[in-house]
Amino acid sequence: MGGRFPSMLKDAALTAFVAAALGIFIVGFRTVDVGSRTGLSFDYQFADLAVGVVAIFVGRLGLSLAAAGLRWPVVALGVAMIAVGASPLKLPSGFLHWFVALGGVMLVIRGIWPWARGTMTAAAGTPTGLALGRAGTKWFGWLLLAAAVLLPFTPAADQKTMDLAVLILTYVMLGWGLNIVVGLAGLLDLGYVAFYAVGAYSYALLSTQHGLGFWTVLPLAGMMAALFGIVLGFPVLRLRGDYLAIVTLGFGEIIRLVLLNWVDFTNGPAGIGSIPGPTLFGAVFSETPPAGKQTVSEMLGITFDGNHRLIFLYYIILLLALITNIFTQRMRRLPVGRAWEALREDETACRALGINPTNTKLTAFAIGAMFAGFAGSFFAAKQRFISPESFAFIESAIILAIVVLGGMGSQIGVVLAAVLLIGLPEWFRDLGNYRMLAFGLAMVLIMVFRPRGLIADRQPSVRLHPAGSGGGP
Amino acid sequence: MAYFSQQLINAITLGAIYGLIAIGYTMVYGIIGMINFAHGEVFMIGAFISLIGFLICSFLGIGSAPVAILLVLLMAMAFSAVYGWAVERAAYRPLRGSFRLAPLISAIGVSIALQNYVQLVQGARPKPGGQIVSGGFNLFSADGFDVRVSWLQIIIVVVTVVLMAGFTWLIARTSLGRQQRACEQDMKMAALLGVNVDRTISLTFVLGAALAAVAGMLFLMYYGVIDFYIGFLAGIKAFTAAVLGGIGSLPGAMLGGLLIGLIEVFWAGYFSSEYKDVAVFAILVLVLIFRPTGLLGKPEIEKV
Repeated sequence: MGGRFPSMLKDAALTAFVAAALGIFIVGFRTVDVGSRTGLSFDYQFADLAVGVVAIFVGRLGLSLAAAGLRWPVVALGVAMIAVGASPLKLPSGFLHWFVALGGVMLVIRGIWPWARGTMTAAAGTPTGLALGRAGTKWFGWLLLAAAVLLPFTPAADQKTMDLAVLILTYVMLGWGLNIVVGLAGLLDLGYVAFYAVGAYSYALLSTQHGLGFWTVLPLAGMMAALFGIVLGFPVLRLRGDYLAIVTLGFGEIIRLVLLNWVDFTNGPAGIGSIPGPTLFGAVFSETPPAGKQTVSEMLGITFDGNHRLIFLYYIILLLALITNIFTQRMRRLPVGRAWEALREDETACRALGINPTNTKLTAFAIGAMFAGFAGSFFAAKQRFISPESFAFIESAIILAIVVLGGMGSQIGVVLAAVLLIGLPEWFRDLGNYRMLAFGLAMVLIMVFRPRGLIADRQPSVRLHPAGSGGGP
Repeated sequence: MAYFSQQLINAITLGAIYGLIAIGYTMVYGIIGMINFAHGEVFMIGAFISLIGFLICSFLGIGSAPVAILLVLLMAMAFSAVYGWAVERAAYRPLRGSFRLAPLISAIGVSIALQNYVQLVQGARPKPGGQIVSGGFNLFSADGFDVRVSWLQIIIVVVTVVLMAGFTWLIARTSLGRQQRACEQDMKMAALLGVNVDRTISLTFVLGAALAAVAGMLFLMYYGVIDFYIGFLAGIKAFTAAVLGGIGSLPGAMLGGLLIGLIEVFWAGYFSSEYKDVAVFAILVLVLIFRPTGLLGKPEIEKV
């Protein structure tokens, strides 16, 4: 290795040089607003840049060492970086502490990765490992479900937790809905949030203008969104994958801009407020009943508690999400579901076998849109206020990130990714600012290192011959 | 008539900026068949580097506008090119040979990351750029309406025309251009004949990023205010321009940029300015549905 060390140093120096060139004007110089409207000044923060560049130099060196198979030096470098990041040593900004420490963590993981993977593969190969793995895949989902059902009865269920749980479940449902389109049918939809918006505005308008209730509108909103899916999808589903992605992005933006500018119909940027919440058999969740209505606490004879409404919402979204999941699992076994997966793998072969690609894609698109519509009207009922701001492109990107991170086509992966991407940043509030940065980087890293997602699941749902029986691969 | 001429002048200026960005999309698509979703973000970074460059120039006391513009232009091109190179190296090159949508998803990730990186470091508030070039002259007057051309508009159009001419020469006449076109036609064959494919693709990104940076500087000078979000809309419009002109075709990108500028300005001028972005998105959708090869593109044959 003696001869390779200088070349590693050179490589790390080059990387650091590129990082410095990238950072010098964006990180090194900061624009500073000075009082007046046209005034802008700048200052320089080269210390930030220098720490970042040194960290990148060390990190790159560590990666080269790891590639050369030197485990312990890499781990030592990583631990040193973590120590610097976690030390009371004053780095120029708080972000740099995170940056250096996380870099160290990644180096340590990279260092022990070959060994850890070897051990894990060996452990999974033993009879106990095999049995555990099988039981895990079989029971993990059920355990998760049981935990989700029991959550409101645990002492942890304060208002903050329940709020977060409802939010996570909303994204789980959207992720599952988009998974039908992206994961199963292989259609990259960048305008998924448009259907979410259609559902939300359907409920908001029908309830505030025509006095319809949540349970009446819910199926209507789903149908409305599915209709939009069919109308928008029909002309464009013949397009190639990446063109389709851009067109759906265009549709998403058109719908948002229309919602924003058609003030007579949607109240424009001011949004729609005082949307009624969902009722339980006609009873409303409030302390004092509105005229001619009953409150839930009266109907059930319990004392009023503000949390009841939240728990009720939680069960609604849990139920809606489960319906999405069960529906998807069933569809995967039907001919149309199998056609989706076949289409994802090879469109030309499908065409040759007599599958109509446009119609098959259209069903996936419409069903995905329908679930987004359900989720949208739930969102409107929960928030009680909606505006076009909630339906920007970035929402589509977040939902897509959940699906991609979880592993396209994997249902349990979507749950894990939603908890990871939505739950973690809400828990660690000071990380919230870096959330979208981390989202973007995670999408790139997943594509580079694990393009099948955290939970790889691209097995066909149905096989001609069960795996291992000799017939299938 | 006067109103029309004024709108036409404004439209050509805007179209020039879109055309410069569109070249980056069209070249990358031509050579590796991917939509570089992060290209709009490189444009935004170019605008930010220009903003900081102008601030540094005024700090150093460089008073002459042409000198400042030239310095900032070179600086923005050079440093944005590094972004183009680094993004390709880190996020796209490892994905060659992965499944078809992987590069696009990765590009969306890069786009989100770059946007938030700039927002975190430079702040979310719109940044006023100040006026670097002011003044202009009256072209003619009719119906009591003065048709004005500002010096800035002339600078924008001249810079764009010069760059596009230089670029066309680069692609048509130099060995780099020949390699680029060879890779576009058949990457494997080009590699067998000794073309360094990786280097050629990198250079394509570098050149596209440099042109986007110029567009960023011109945008900053023209509108006088930028924020971290400008790359999204400008990127989509430029992509629409590339598609409209025929993606993969250089003259197509220029023509498309001009047409998008015309559509946007005239829609805003004669119909409603609220729906001008809807008009551009609608054009994008309609072109992709009815004529995915665009105006000057070659039809694509899918080989199995």
